[in-house]
Amino acid sequence: MKPEQTYIDLYKQYQAMLAQHAPGLMNRWRDKALQDFERLGFPSTSEENYLYSDISGKFAEEYGMNLRRLDFPINPYEVFRCDVPNLSTLLYFMVNDTFYAKQLRAISLPKGVFIGSIADFAMEYPEIAEKHYEVLAKTSNDGTTAFNTLFVQDAFVLYVPEDVVLDKAIQLVNILRSDVDLLVNRRFLVILEDRAEAKLLLCDHGMDRVKFLATQVTEVYLGKNALFDLYELEENTPRTTRLSSIYVDQQDSSRFSHNVITLNNGFTRNNLYISLKGERAEALAGGVAIADTEQHIDNFTWVNHEKANCHSNELYKYILDDKATGVFNGRIIVHPGAQKTEAYQTNRNLCLTKEAKMYSKPQLEIYADDVKCSHGLTTGQIDENALFYLRSRGISKEEALLLLKFAFTSDVLDRIHLEPLRDRLRLLIEKRLRDELSKCERCSVCNDN
Amino acid sequence: MLKIKDLHAAINGKEILRGIDLEVYPGEVHAIMGPNGSGKSTLASVLAGNPAFEVTKGEVFFNGKNLLEMSPEDRSCEGLFLSFQYPVEIPGVSMVNFMRTAVNEHRKYNHLDPLSATDFLRVMREKRAIVELDNKLASRSVNEGFSGGEKKRNEIFQMAMLEPKLSILDETDSGLDIDALRVVAGGVNLLKSKENATIVITHYQRLLDYIQPDFVHVLYKGRIVKSAGKELALELEEKGYDWIKKELGDIQ
Repeated sequence: MKPEQTYIDLYKQYQAMLAQHAPGLMNRWRDKALQDFERLGFPSTSEENYLYSDISGKFAEEYGMNLRRLDFPINPYEVFRCDVPNLSTLLYFMVNDTFYAKQLRAISLPKGVFIGSIADFAMEYPEIAEKHYEVLAKTSNDGTTAFNTLFVQDAFVLYVPEDVVLDKAIQLVNILRSDVDLLVNRRFLVILEDRAEAKLLLCDHGMDRVKFLATQVTEVYLGKNALFDLYELEENTPRTTRLSSIYVDQQDSSRFSHNVITLNNGFTRNNLYISLKGERAEALAGGVAIADTEQHIDNFTWVNHEKANCHSNELYKYILDDKATGVFNGRIIVHPGAQKTEAYQTNRNLCLTKEAKMYSKPQLEIYADDVKCSHGLTTGQIDENALFYLRSRGISKEEALLLLKFAFTSDVLDRIHLEPLRDRLRLLIEKRLRDELSKCERCSVCNDN
Repeated sequence: MLKIKDLHAAINGKEILRGIDLEVYPGEVHAIMGPNGSGKSTLASVLAGNPAFEVTKGEVFFNGKNLLEMSPEDRSCEGLFLSFQYPVEIPGVSMVNFMRTAVNEHRKYNHLDPLSATDFLRVMREKRAIVELDNKLASRSVNEGFSGGEKKRNEIFQMAMLEPKLSILDETDSGLDIDALRVVAGGVNLLKSKENATIVITHYQRLLDYIQPDFVHVLYKGRIVKSAGKELALELEEKGYDWIKKELGDIQ
């Protein structure tokens, strides 16, 4: 039986239980998601956008799902002691695919701001929830998003009303914790109304050696002049598959930045869809991907310039060692009438071995005539001249290589505004390149193991 | 200090050095001159251990140790320094981080503890003054966006930081205006002592007005074809290299 059919049968069998443990808002979308999923199935390598990432094959493996919403024996506040130092954040947890509301610490938030589970949000702000949930995510375009919408039972919501500025960064730690192979469906909804500002750091943190498959769908609404920085740090185990899709909708003069740092992973596919729907909106997207052994990192971006005077800039860098695979696919579409668009895209990659592979495809489609667009792509090895220069000053080959690899990531990190996070990421990247980041060093549980 | 015997070297199978013999003693300044393509820069690269070149014959001893068996980093830690003709730009590696790593690798090699941050910055400040290197440059990425003159000053600054026994200055004068030349040469002279030695590779006499050589050698087609005192440099300046080529006409 094809994996799709297995999950369709599973859904039909447990539909009632699923619905019982999820808010009505989510249940209302399942019929459509089912139709779309039955039609689309999981993406396969025969599709142009998934040529190098076999999603279908990942679902062919067997996983358990927690449809009954049983508690996992974990207290994240105890496990996850140290977050990014000097970065005073509003800390929240998602354990597998459930927002961790037990022992939720009393955090005083500006009036009207909501941070928490969608079940509560739908009760507090039913109209706003209804208006935004599942409106951006396209179940009709992507089988994985349809699958997520079909099975998802909880979501993390960040809602900031008009004119409210959240100074402190919000940190949401996504913990994967299970004794059996587990499939989770995570969901995030971010709504920033006009002139609202917020920063969100998402940390993926795999804890157990079992197999995980995590689908996640993120919807981001940015009103006029809203400002949102989204950072993602993936530190998962080699047996984890992460399939993420982010859908961003930007109104006039809103500013959005996204940085995804893949430090440790198994198989990762990150989709980022940005729609610049208002004028003078700005989107910055960047990523550092560090992979070795047989790790696989695929970043797929799609930037839609729908209105005039918008600006987008992408910078993705990969360091691939051993038999790792990197994929970058960057599509920019400048719609008719989107004059004075500025859209830039850069992808630079280091392949440290002959077996490491990088597949990169920039795609620009421009239907307006007064625009500035460019893309640059290079894949190469360590610069021998630079290596010799460093060695000629007494720096050992190993140390010189490390300096050069580290330096390679620096311009992406320079774009991160949050200074303590930037410093922390530098340190983590250096440790990763030195192979000192055994699994993760940020939680006591891992260190005790 | 340095003893080169019958050194042959090739790049991509093409022989560039075809039997170099040279001895350098502490306190000495040697100038190596010669027309373009004679092998001057190759000699510098081979001595520093550039893996792009292959030594096909001969031997080199540096303070009694077999230089050719050493990695480039060990040669540096043993006290050899090459000032590059074309210093490499390394975006993302700050000068401070670069120099601190280099200095501490040298110290580790000599079984010394790493310098404290304050000591390091103090040393860096002192040495920067020698070549009037702007503090702004020191906080930037290695050579990135430096002008030609700044790059060469930066080379001499690194030399000052690492305190080598033998410095090889490869065309350090190329691309320098007269003021920068004076600063760079001044730095080299300041660093000169009875214990260390310098090999100045240059195309023109100009630099030798500032750095007085004890010996001048002419390199031509991969061999040292003439050696004399500093008056040879003046003669070359006046007559060019053609008369040497003519003199050699019968031996080729």
